[in-house]
Amino acid sequence: MKTLEYTSALGLLCMVAEMLNLRKFVWPLCVVGLLAIFGSNLMGWNLNTSYYHNMVVIDNFSVAFSGLLILLALFILILSSGFYKNEESKISDYLAIIIFTLCGALALVSFGNMAMFFLGVEVLSISLYILAGSRKKDVRSNEAGMKYFLMGSFASGLLLFGIALIYGETGSFDLVEIAKMKAMAPPSVLFYIGAGLIMISLFFKVSAVPFHFWAPDVYDGSPTLITLMMATVAKIAAFAAFYRIFSVCLISSVPLYALIFAVVTALTIGVGNFTALNQDSFKRMLAFSGISHAGYLMMGILSLTGKPTNAIFYYALAYGLSSVVAFAIAIVVAGNSGSDKIEAFNGLAKRKPFVAAALTVAMLSMGGIPPFAGFFAKYYIFTEAIKNGHLWITIWAVINSIVSIYYYFKVILAMYTKDSEEVVFNIKPAYSFVIIVCVALIIIIGLLPSFFANLL
Amino acid sequence: MALGAAAIEFIGSYLLKMALSHNGLQPVVYSHEWISNPHISFSLSVDGLSLFMVLLTTFLVPLILLTTFRKEIDNAKSFYSLVLFMQFALIGVFAASDGFLFYVFWELALIPIYFIALLWGEGRDQEFRNRAIFKFFIYTLGGSLFMLIAFIWLYLKSGTFYVNALYTLNLTQNEQLFVFLGFFVAFAIKIPIFPFHTWQADTYKEAPSAGTMLLAGIMLKMGLYGLLRWLLPVVPQGVALATPYVIVLCVTGVVYGSIIAIRQADLKKLLAYSSLAHVGLIAAGIFTITKEGFEGSVIQMISHGINVVALFFAAEIIYQRTGTFEIAKLGGIRGVAPKFSTAFLVVVLAAVALPLTNSFIGEFLLLFGVYEYNTWLSVIAGLTIILGAVYMLRMYQNVILGNTNETTIGFTDLHWSELAVFVPVVIAIFALGVYPKVVLHMIQPALDNILTYSLR
Repeated sequence: MKTLEYTSALGLLCMVAEMLNLRKFVWPLCVVGLLAIFGSNLMGWNLNTSYYHNMVVIDNFSVAFSGLLILLALFILILSSGFYKNEESKISDYLAIIIFTLCGALALVSFGNMAMFFLGVEVLSISLYILAGSRKKDVRSNEAGMKYFLMGSFASGLLLFGIALIYGETGSFDLVEIAKMKAMAPPSVLFYIGAGLIMISLFFKVSAVPFHFWAPDVYDGSPTLITLMMATVAKIAAFAAFYRIFSVCLISSVPLYALIFAVVTALTIGVGNFTALNQDSFKRMLAFSGISHAGYLMMGILSLTGKPTNAIFYYALAYGLSSVVAFAIAIVVAGNSGSDKIEAFNGLAKRKPFVAAALTVAMLSMGGIPPFAGFFAKYYIFTEAIKNGHLWITIWAVINSIVSIYYYFKVILAMYTKDSEEVVFNIKPAYSFVIIVCVALIIIIGLLPSFFANLL
Repeated sequence: MALGAAAIEFIGSYLLKMALSHNGLQPVVYSHEWISNPHISFSLSVDGLSLFMVLLTTFLVPLILLTTFRKEIDNAKSFYSLVLFMQFALIGVFAASDGFLFYVFWELALIPIYFIALLWGEGRDQEFRNRAIFKFFIYTLGGSLFMLIAFIWLYLKSGTFYVNALYTLNLTQNEQLFVFLGFFVAFAIKIPIFPFHTWQADTYKEAPSAGTMLLAGIMLKMGLYGLLRWLLPVVPQGVALATPYVIVLCVTGVVYGSIIAIRQADLKKLLAYSSLAHVGLIAAGIFTITKEGFEGSVIQMISHGINVVALFFAAEIIYQRTGTFEIAKLGGIRGVAPKFSTAFLVVVLAAVALPLTNSFIGEFLLLFGVYEYNTWLSVIAGLTIILGAVYMLRMYQNVILGNTNETTIGFTDLHWSELAVFVPVVIAIFALGVYPKVVLHMIQPALDNILTYSLR
C-alpha cells in the first residue's frame, strides 16, 4: 500500500515541481524517489497484509512484481533524460505521467477487489494514451495515441461489463468473496459470460492474437521510450493481473475456456513470430516479437492449475530486462542514424563493439539461448506447461523459438558482418549505464537462476 | 598465449587420465549444487569414455591453434578466446553427468563456433556464408530444443537429471519412443546422420579451416558421444523400436557420402562428404548395441577426429600456397614438397583404414558389430571402405603426384610449425593402430556399464 501511496505522491510532486519552477531537479528527484520506493517496497516482503477492506492486498506476489515494475520504470526514467530534449518545457509532465503509469501498474499487481482492478487498468491505460501521443508534432505518434485510445477504451468497456455481470451474480467486488460465493452455489451462465468478457479485455491489454491488431502500429508510432513502457511495464502488469484474477476468483471458469485459451496462446506465439520474420524495422520486429513473448507468458497462465507463479515472474523479469537493452540501443541507433530500420545496425560491431555485444546478449536472451536469463525463462515456462499436460503447445512453442532465432540473428548478422560508412557514434552515459546494468543482470540471473526461481 | 593455455589443459587432462587409472577405472566425480529448483547440480564425472573424449579435445585444440600459426588473423585475440571458450564448452559436454548441465554446455559450444565460422570464414561472398552458417545454427539449435523437451519430460518423470538415475528409469515403450525422438533429432543433426546432413558441406566449406577442424574433429563427436551416454542406456526399448530404421539411415549416409565424395572437384568438400560417410559408419556401429560396435565407435571417434583435422590442415596448407581447393588445378606437389607429401600420404592412408593405422582397428570393429546385426548392411557398409580408398587415393594422386604445373611450382615444403602439427598426428595414428589396447582397456568398464543398461 505504501508503495502505491509513495508513487502517487512522487507523481504529484513532479507536477508541483513544475509550478515551483524546479524543473532542473525533477529528473534527479524522480530517480532518487523511485530508488527509495523500490527499497520501501521490499520492506513489505512476507508481511501479507491487506488495506481498506481488501482493496489492496500486499503479499509476496505483489511485492515481487511491484519490485520488477519499479525497477523497469526506473530504467525508463533514467533513459528519459534527454529523450524529450526538444520539449524541455513539458519534461515534468511527461515524467509525472510515466510515474502515474507505474501507479496503475502497481495497482494491477496488488488489487484485491474488482474496483481496484478496474482503477488500475484505467490509470495505466489513460496515462499510456497520453504518452503514446506525446510527440505532438509527429503524425504517427498522434495516430498511435488515437488508435490505442479507441481500442483500449473498447476493451475497458468489455472489462467493466464483465465485472458488472459477475457482481450481479455474486453480489460482491471482492475477489475472495466472489470465490466463496461461487464455492457455495454453482454460478449461472452469467458468471461465465462475465469471466469470458474479462478474459477478452485482458487479451486486448496483453495484445494476444486475434486481439493484437492495434499493437504493431501503436508500438511503431509511439516514441520509442513509450513503446518500451508498453512492452514491459504495461504488459507485465497486465499479466500479473491476469494471473491474480484468474487464480483467485475465476479459476472455475478456466476449464470452460481452456480450449479457447490454448488456441489463443498457440496463435499468439505463432502469429507474433511469423509476422516478425519479415519486418525490416527493428521497432516493429520487437513489437511482433513482444506479441509472441506474450504468448509464452500465456503458456504460464494456461498452466494455472499447477503453480506457475515463479515461472511467470522469471519470464517477465528476463523479458523485461532484455527489452530494456534492446529498446535502449534502438533509441541510441535511431538517434545516430535517424532510422529504425535493421540496416541502421550495419557495422555496429566495428563502431561500438560494446553496444553490439550488449545487443547480442539481449537478442540471445530473447531467443532463449543458454546461459542467458531468457533460456531459463523458457525452460521454466515449458516445464510448467508440460507438467500440466500441454505437450503439444510446448512443441509448438519450441518450433517457434527456432523461428524466432531467425529474426533475432538478422540483427546480429547486420551488426557483425555488414559494413556502413558512418563512423561517428555517440552514446550518452545514462544509456551506457542502463545497458551495462541490464546486461549484467541478464547474465547473473541466467547463471544463478535459483534465487528468482524459488522466490514466490 | 592461447597455445600455452591449451597445452596446459592437455597436461591437465593427462593428469586426469592418471587419476582415473589410479581410481581403478572408476569415474572421477566432481559435484556441486547449482540450481535448487529444478534440482540441477554442477556435476562432472569422468570415466574411460569421457576421458578419451576430453583427451581428444585437449590433444586436438593445441594442434588446431598451431595450424593458424602462419596465418594472419585479424582480431586474433577474439578469435583465440572464442576457440578456447569452445574448448571449455566441449570438455563440459564430455564430462557432464547432469543432463541439464550437458544441455547447457551443448548449447554453449554452438555460440563460439557460430561466430568463428561467421566472422573469420573464408572466401566467396558474405551473403552466401551468412546463409550457410545460419542454416547450420538454426538446424543444430532446433534439434537441441527438442532434446530440451525430452530432458524436461524425463525430469518431471524422475525428479532428477542425474545420468545414473536416468539409466534406471522405467518408462513404457511409447514414452521411450517419444523421448528417443527428441534426443535423436538433436544428435542426428549434430553427427550428422542422413538425411539431417544438409547443413554440413556448405558450413565446412565456408568456415575457416580452424573452425572446420573444430567442427569435424571434435564437435561431431558430441552427437556420437551423446548417443552413447544419453540415448541408448536411458531409453533402450525406444531405441530397440527405432534401430532397424536408424541403422539403415546411417548406412545410407555412408553410401551417399562416399558416392558424392567421388564426384567432388573441391578438396574441402570432398573431405566434408568423406567425413559424412565415416561418421555414418560410427553411428551405425553404435546402434548395433554390441560390444564390438561400441568399442569400434570410440576408437573410430578418436581416429576420425585426429585424421580429419590432419586432412583439413593439409587442405589448408595447399590452399595457402596455391590459392585453390580445386583438385584438377593441382598436381606434382611431391616434386617440390616431399615432406608434406609424405605426411599427407600417411594421413590419407589412415583415412582409408590401412592396417596398422588407427582407423583400421576402428572400422574393423565397427563392421564386425554391424555384421553381427545384419550381414547385408555390413556388406554395403564394407563397400564404402573400397569407395573410400577410391576417392581418397585418386585425390592424392591428382593433387600430389603427376607433373608439377604452374599452380604448384612455387609450393614450399613444411614449415616447422606445420611439422609440429603433423608429427604428433602421425605418431598418434601409428600408436593407436599398433597398440589400441591402451584405449580399449580404459574404456572397457564404461562401455560395459552403458551396454548393460542399453540391453535392459
